[in-house]
Amino acid sequence: MKKAKASPSHPLDALVRTERIPHIWCPGCGIGTAFSACLMALHTSGLDLDKTVMVSGIGCSGRAAGYTRLDSYHTTHGRAIPFATGMKLAKPELQVIVFSGDGDLFAIGGNHIIHAARRNIDLTVLCVNNLNYGMTGGQVAATTPTLAKTTTTPRGNPEQPFNLPLLVYAAGATYVARWTILHTRDLTQSVQEALHHKGFAFIEVLAPCPTGYGRRNKERPLDTLKLYQERTLIKNGANPAEAFLDFERGVVLGKFVEEQRPTCIEMYDRTCRLPDSAAG
Amino acid sequence: MKFWRTPLDLQDIHVSKGMVLILEDRCKGCGYCIAFCPRDVLHESTRFNAKGYHPPEVKNPDACVNCHYCEIICPDLAIFSVEIPPHPVNAGPSEDNGSTGS
Ligand SMILES: Cc1ncc(C[n+]2csc(CCOP(=O)(O)OP(=O)(O)O)c2C)c(N)n1
Ligand code: SF4
Ligand code: SF4
Ligand code: SF4
Ligand SMILES: [Mg+2]
Repeated sequence: MKKAKASPSHPLDALVRTERIPHIWCPGCGIGTAFSACLMALHTSGLDLDKTVMVSGIGCSGRAAGYTRLDSYHTTHGRAIPFATGMKLAKPELQVIVFSGDGDLFAIGGNHIIHAARRNIDLTVLCVNNLNYGMTGGQVAATTPTLAKTTTTPRGNPEQPFNLPLLVYAAGATYVARWTILHTRDLTQSVQEALHHKGFAFIEVLAPCPTGYGRRNKERPLDTLKLYQERTLIKNGANPAEAFLDFERGVVLGKFVEEQRPTCIEMYDRTCRLPDSAAG
Repeated sequence: MKFWRTPLDLQDIHVSKGMVLILEDRCKGCGYCIAFCPRDVLHESTRFNAKGYHPPEVKNPDACVNCHYCEIICPDLAIFSVEIPPHPVNAGPSEDNGSTGS
């Protein structure tokens, strides 16, 4: 086996700002795998990539937009969803993908995401859930499992984490799935489905953060992947209420929800854009 | 390739064969590709890349079935596989157009 001498190009390089690679993500960080799955889904989606945009907030996961060779936007912390909502409303022909972290989307940005789901605005949202605020040094998040150690919960987290699929479903999301980076083929397929779904599509991706979370919970990157292999159960169509995030009891993965409901723009047009005669 | 029983259509089964390409300077040595390759094709090299990590190395080239799993699990866009032209398992001469049997 010979290694090609002139550096061969990776099949996804056309979609990556290769001049910025290697990226900043730590060794074993799962964001890169989730990012590749997203790019692979875009690559094979048949979508017009000149009309596809990626929006991220702030955080390690939020760096994704800056590595994509698409029109992409690195917005302020927690505001990826309102930014994306504005873009979609102004230019409905765009395919808008939000790629961001659990803290960005559900802590500081938590209010935005529930309302975007309620309105069924046509967005594809990928949330990299690494169970903590990776970028700022591993603080407790709204997704940190009970008793897990973080810099701000040195004796273990006394609180219960959000069940993200249940939260967005209750708020009104019409496509809801959860995978881990180990289930990268299923994840890629889900992203493809979500891209073609009309309405608010949400995919949670469980991913290791060895630097912020793993280190404090005695999980090396490969240990986390073993956990994803051994302590998960794929149950497509499962009630999102079963999707509590607790590796002791086992974590349910799959596509939980795929429903049709008029989108935000359809409802607005139907209700507020009166025909000329009536408007006069 | 080993079979637990010899398939009746052995002469028609083609296992796709792959070749792994490694972009060493992108690798951060996480070992995911090595641990999760279903055919145990890779191992950690003793070399250092420019950033001081040990990239994977192909130890068992004939075993690669071009499943691409190393490629899609890698967080660093540092490894991928390509198909090498298919040939029958039993090395018998045959015309084929790329069906896979794995
Ligand atoms: C308004 C504001 N508040 C706080 C911060 C600090 N900050 C940066 S990233 C981050 C959390 C990111 O967590 P998450 O979205 O889970 O991303 P990860 O790094 O884990 O991928 C925080 C609190 C900020 N940049 N801006
Ligand atoms: S701190 Fe955590 S989330 Fe951020 S790049 Fe490192 S491993 Fe990934
Ligand atoms: S393509 Fe599949 S069999 Fe070949 S090295 Fe990669 S993971 Fe292993
Ligand atoms: S998965 Fe990628 S980064 Fe990790 S060891 Fe393999 S080639 Fe290197
Ligand atoms: Mg996070």
